Amino acid sequence: MELLLAIVAGALYATGLYLMLRRRLAQLIVGLGLLSNGSNVLILAAAGVTRGTPPIITDTAVTADQFADPVPQALILTAIVIGFGVLAFSLVLAHRVHQSVDSDDIDMIRSDF
Amino acid sequence: MLLALPILVPLAIAIALQLLPHRPRLLRSIAFAGALAILATAISLLVRVEAGGIQVLQVASWPAPFGITLVADLFSALLLVMVGIIGVAITGVSFAGVDPRREALGYHPLILVLLMGVSGAFLTGDIFNLYVWYEVMLIASFVLMSLHRTRAQLHAAFTYVGLNLLASAFLLTAIGLLYGQAGTLNLADLARAWPERRTPALDAVLSMLFLTAFGIKAGLFPLFFWLPASYHTPPAAVSALLAGLLTKVGVYSMIRVFTLLFPDPGAGVYALILVLSATTMAVGLVGAIGQRDFRRVLSFNLVGHIGFTTVGLALWTRAGMAASILYLLHHMLVITSLFLISGLFLRQRRTTDLRALGGVYQTQPVVACLAMVPLFSLAGVPPLSGFIAKLAVIGAVLDTGHYWLAGVALAVSLLTVMSMARLWDESFWKPAPAPSTQAPLGATILTPIAWLVALTLGLTAAAGPVYTLSLRAAGQLLDPGSYVRSVLGEEATRVAR
Repeated sequence: MELLLAIVAGALYATGLYLMLRRRLAQLIVGLGLLSNGSNVLILAAAGVTRGTPPIITDTAVTADQFADPVPQALILTAIVIGFGVLAFSLVLAHRVHQSVDSDDIDMIRSDF
Repeated sequence: MLLALPILVPLAIAIALQLLPHRPRLLRSIAFAGALAILATAISLLVRVEAGGIQVLQVASWPAPFGITLVADLFSALLLVMVGIIGVAITGVSFAGVDPRREALGYHPLILVLLMGVSGAFLTGDIFNLYVWYEVMLIASFVLMSLHRTRAQLHAAFTYVGLNLLASAFLLTAIGLLYGQAGTLNLADLARAWPERRTPALDAVLSMLFLTAFGIKAGLFPLFFWLPASYHTPPAAVSALLAGLLTKVGVYSMIRVFTLLFPDPGAGVYALILVLSATTMAVGLVGAIGQRDFRRVLSFNLVGHIGFTTVGLALWTRAGMAASILYLLHHMLVITSLFLISGLFLRQRRTTDLRALGGVYQTQPVVACLAMVPLFSLAGVPPLSGFIAKLAVIGAVLDTGHYWLAGVALAVSLLTVMSMARLWDESFWKPAPAPSTQAPLGATILTPIAWLVALTLGLTAAAGPVYTLSLRAAGQLLDPGSYVRSVLGEEATRVAR
């Protein structure tokens, strides 16, 4: 499972970075989204995936390391929320660029330099 | 409680500013009062840290590695005072008028949110919270940057947003990998457990990821290109705020995270940081020489001088770290006042292109005198603060025997003198190409600049005590054990270095 997640994370990073190198703003934004999802998957994979043991302790005799670690999920949740906000902002910015320049080519914006 | 105030005060003020009726004078006064309150809490925090050592707040009394921890050592407290000082100057400038559309869209609350983010980054004792504070100040700075819609500003905003989000992704990746291996995010807990593990391969990966993330934020060579491409377009007060605070948060985090996580001065990453610092200085200042716009010259100077502030980390000596801290304080004051001065040109001439400026020395000697202090302080002309800070850095470099680096620093200082002399000549001394049509500048806009100039002179006069304080701050940074003990309690002592 970890291996699969690692491959998925790698693929997301690669596509994200590739799209960020493109000139079109829409692709840049999709790239940013993929990149932040890549890091979320990576957090999950790096912390290890534990099946079938939710972190709810009913029997006090067992130790904590038998359970899934809830912290990475909390981190991912925070990162998703932040990433969503940032993505929404970038979309609005791109929309304004499109309104004022009538193009989503990043090199077209600076034509009045 | 005092530790949480530099975060809570701006948050409360920002919320209040959103709720209050839209009366510019009222909003400006409240934002200014908020900045003053940040300054007051920061100073009392500094006094307390100075007297009582590292201060720690475990939020809601959750014990250290599990809850949210706020930590203030001398380094953070000194920088927090700078947040207050710069905040007061920036909110003070608003009294001289803000673009009404900007003001209606929440200019003042955003400034306060940005100050909150920066304070949070300086205070947090948890590496994931550091990421969260980064996002808080980034989103505030994004909106501040893109409240306008000229093409140049939009282009600059996109460059800025894209590169900074990339840096955030790198930071998050590093944090995820670190958590996967160490199982904790508390900086003190990491400092206790991480260096003991001795996993050179993972250390190399993590240090490179952190270096890339913080390097982009700090504007380190070769990751700085977004900075001169974006800092010259927003209104002067905004670029002054960003220039004074944001890159410094990158430097701060780099010093904080590297001293705690990789306390091995022999690690290859420090040799790399040394080379990168030298290259940053050289490339930044060579870049400044070729520019023809007041603010672009300043942006390149901002980049170049970041090199001086990261040298201390690379040298890993007490004198080096102290010199870098002193340089950081000096640079924050000076670069903010210079960006504010560029705002005077924007107000009077509608441009900061050097070819269109001039004649200030004849027509407005007071403004010229005010500008002279930060210009020549940045250039390192004795006896101003820049000279003392550069002397400290170069002295520390010579102590460690890196003579080539001292050579680079001296050559870069010469280039700074050239670029500052050019700014002085082109924008103040030479006759104005066309007489200014605008009204003379009032006291409202000059007072915040005078405040920063007075503090620059104060830093010059009090350089001795401030340097002693920086030495103590450097001592704390180089002894991660004291940080660990303060956060985790005495029982952690046995494992800490």
